[in-house]
Amino acid sequence: MTDIPQSGATPVEPPAPKGDSLLVTDARTKRRNRAERRFKAYGIAALGVGMAFLVALLWAILSNGLTAFTQSYVQLDVPLLEEKLDKDGDRDPAKIAKVSTFGYAPLIEAGLVDLVEKTGVETELEPKALTKILSSSAAAQLRDRVLANPELIGQTVSVELLASSRVDGYLKGRVSRASLARDKNLDAEHLDLIDAWRDAGLVEKRFNWDFITGADASDSRPEQAGIGVAMLGSLFMMLVVLILSLPIGVAASIYLEEFAPQNRLTDIIEVNISNLAAVPSIVFGILGLAVFIQFMHLPQSAPLVGGLVLTLMTLPTIIISTRASLKSVPPSIRNAALGVGASKMQAVTHHVLPLAMPGILTGTILGLAQALGETAPLLLIGMVGYIATNYPDGVAEGFLAPNSAMPAQIYEWAKRADPAFYERAWGGIIVLLVFLLAMNLIAVLLRRRFERRW
Amino acid sequence: MTPSWIALIVLAIAAAGFVLARARAQAAARREARRLHSLPNYYGWTAAIYAAGPALLLLAIWLVAQPIATRSLTWPVLAAEAGENAVPSLMMADVQRLASGLDAAVATGRLTAEEARALPPEELRAAMAAQGVALGSEVTPATRDAALRWRRLSGTGDLLRGIVVIGLALAGAAWGVSRAKPDFRARNAVEQAMRGVLVSAALLAILTTVGIVLALIFNTIEFFRLYPAAEFFFGTTWSPSFGGGSELGILPLLWGTLYISIIALLVAVPIGLFAAIYLAEYAHRNVRSWAKPMLEMLAGIPTIVYGLFALLTVGPLLVEAFGRGGYLGLGWMQGGTAVMTAGLVMGIMLIPFVSSLSDDIINAVPQSLRDGSLGLGATRSETIRQVVLPAALPGIVGAVLLAASRAIGETMIVVLGAGAAARLSMNPFDAMTTVTAKIVSQLTGDADFSSPEALVAFALGMTLFVITLALNVVALWIVRRYREQYE
Repeated sequence: MTDIPQSGATPVEPPAPKGDSLLVTDARTKRRNRAERRFKAYGIAALGVGMAFLVALLWAILSNGLTAFTQSYVQLDVPLLEEKLDKDGDRDPAKIAKVSTFGYAPLIEAGLVDLVEKTGVETELEPKALTKILSSSAAAQLRDRVLANPELIGQTVSVELLASSRVDGYLKGRVSRASLARDKNLDAEHLDLIDAWRDAGLVEKRFNWDFITGADASDSRPEQAGIGVAMLGSLFMMLVVLILSLPIGVAASIYLEEFAPQNRLTDIIEVNISNLAAVPSIVFGILGLAVFIQFMHLPQSAPLVGGLVLTLMTLPTIIISTRASLKSVPPSIRNAALGVGASKMQAVTHHVLPLAMPGILTGTILGLAQALGETAPLLLIGMVGYIATNYPDGVAEGFLAPNSAMPAQIYEWAKRADPAFYERAWGGIIVLLVFLLAMNLIAVLLRRRFERRW
Repeated sequence: MTPSWIALIVLAIAAAGFVLARARAQAAARREARRLHSLPNYYGWTAAIYAAGPALLLLAIWLVAQPIATRSLTWPVLAAEAGENAVPSLMMADVQRLASGLDAAVATGRLTAEEARALPPEELRAAMAAQGVALGSEVTPATRDAALRWRRLSGTGDLLRGIVVIGLALAGAAWGVSRAKPDFRARNAVEQAMRGVLVSAALLAILTTVGIVLALIFNTIEFFRLYPAAEFFFGTTWSPSFGGGSELGILPLLWGTLYISIIALLVAVPIGLFAAIYLAEYAHRNVRSWAKPMLEMLAGIPTIVYGLFALLTVGPLLVEAFGRGGYLGLGWMQGGTAVMTAGLVMGIMLIPFVSSLSDDIINAVPQSLRDGSLGLGATRSETIRQVVLPAALPGIVGAVLLAASRAIGETMIVVLGAGAAARLSMNPFDAMTTVTAKIVSQLTGDADFSSPEALVAFALGMTLFVITLALNVVALWIVRRYREQYE
């Protein structure tokens, strides 16, 4: 900063009027000193406000999102009646599979009624209304379990079924009795039951792996929605970005840094790259829509298209950082290689490039992190509005079949009407930020471990 | 033969060429490497590059060009049937689906090749349904003829593709092997090819820009053919309706964009600038080493997070304060999404952007200027205000312009935080909308790309691109000039 010592910062007074001592600060000096302190305080305040915003943002994310990682389950005994599920009693899987989820709903209802009796809570709710406590996917969950183990038929099994999002919200403190008054999905009487069951340990919150690994669910089942499939979509997109942008970015940087002659074309390319880095990301989305989807007829919502668009978007960033790390390799290395008879190309590929590699990788990881969080271009190529409920069947499917991506999935949840999805959106953000943090940490560690000062 | 098989065969030919050329060069040199101009591997690489390079390039071009050529050759069959308001792309999509369905049926053995050609149009739909290909409407004879023509043409094209590409690869390999003599400058040839690859990678940047400009221009021209340009640029109402009769004036959107950006800059510039001044001039090294990365964390957070923060946290908080029945009792705000919400959150996002650019610029001011000022008896703040900042001003203006371009192009925060109503209002607590938000809303969903309501998004994109490009060019020019001044 400055090379005068800290204490020297006190101003040297202009020649004092006669009669005043140098040791006594006069009014003007006091005023100037006050202005100095005020100015410094503005700086500290600005920094403090910036930090406060960061803290507020993180606090909002964590306080709203952490609850997405737990989920409420109801433990109940369901009688799997043979006459309902397998009339002939021969356990033929084809016949059992014919019973739809409607065949299971009455069994669950019976289980709930049984549970009410067992816990001895008085309630005026009809058996039919009781099922609102459970997720509407409960019957499908039970059916899947029976199809997997047909020998369960005829027994009374103890199962854990997903509670509905309102019940889950009540247990997490998001839904209150007052807010239920306007809600036709659940009544206060349900909550009395839940309270009793919670005390009995029949309703409990557990860590929610399904949120991390699971698929998105339709509008009516927020309790079942997960980010796993969108995560795979993001993974495939990042693979495309990595495979394309690393070689292309490195090749372009090597050309511009090591070979390009000083001429008009080189100038145009350089100005172009710095301008592309500042073009709004939504414009890249328009480009992707017009070129990849309208013109080349690539499939909509496919991670391949998303990856291509994000590649074009991150290339300038990667080129700029790669050029910086090529520039940091001292010319003596090149001169030494050229001096012992290497060609220019050999000097670059054998010596400069390996030495610049850690810097290049760091820049690439940071570029990938930026691409991973980008949402706007994905909206235009159809990655929103697509409900990612199926895992891709293979690698080719992973690139070409419609999918979502993590930020697009978060946006999708944020747009839905049911506030229970907001919790999922915040939770999705935590997952996304964990990935970004990990990538940045790797970049920092790479730099620390391999960086050379020349 | 599928393209991937062709590519594999080409690569195999290239590998064979590598081995042959290398062996030939070594044999000619009688196993003494010093008789060769280049290392033996370079002879091999020459043959491999001659074999694979042109062939793979041709394959790529062919893959793009063949569908386009087939489409234009097939269209005459349909053209007679197409009425006034037929959409060629939709009709061709049907033809393509039918053709690929027939191909699949023949491949799985459901139909013989003969049957596929002879099936009457009425039976085609059922046959395709059996194959799992859903056709939208009944197959007309013209569609069937077009599909048959499509199949014939693409069959010939595919065959030709395989023969030509593999032939080219063989010829290239043979040429490469025949040149593998000791006095052939193989290294120079290989390096020339590598250089070509490097140049084309660098040209991709230009290609991207050209792609953006072309995509925007063509669709914008198309839009102005359907909708008068004067009404677009000077209209004060924005009310698109896909049924027709939309009013698509850009002014309300530009006003919303501008208003939000101004609020964002009012938040970001003072905070960012003062933080930068403090970090550059006052802060101890230790404070700087943790405060700067912390502030820059704000820049690493994806914009979707800010969007959600605006929608779910800041919006409701502002309503509590300024809304009807809020504790300030003002009743200015109707809902959580408003210019203020989006502007405030965008300002937070821009703080690190302003601060780290200004920080660099302040640090670039030569120390001698400060020393001179301090030596004359100025306090630090006087030095900063009267010497450092004026010297850094052009650079800071550049940084602010870059931040403004960011703000104008920002999408997710305004999509989630600013609302959807396009209006010209002065109240910062009203919901307004921006250019970017409307690009998203006009292009998502199943809009028909030939309607003015969808095409307007390209005109909006063009406007956005021109504005941000102008800001960037000016800003980069200022920053660069400023940097040269002190170097």
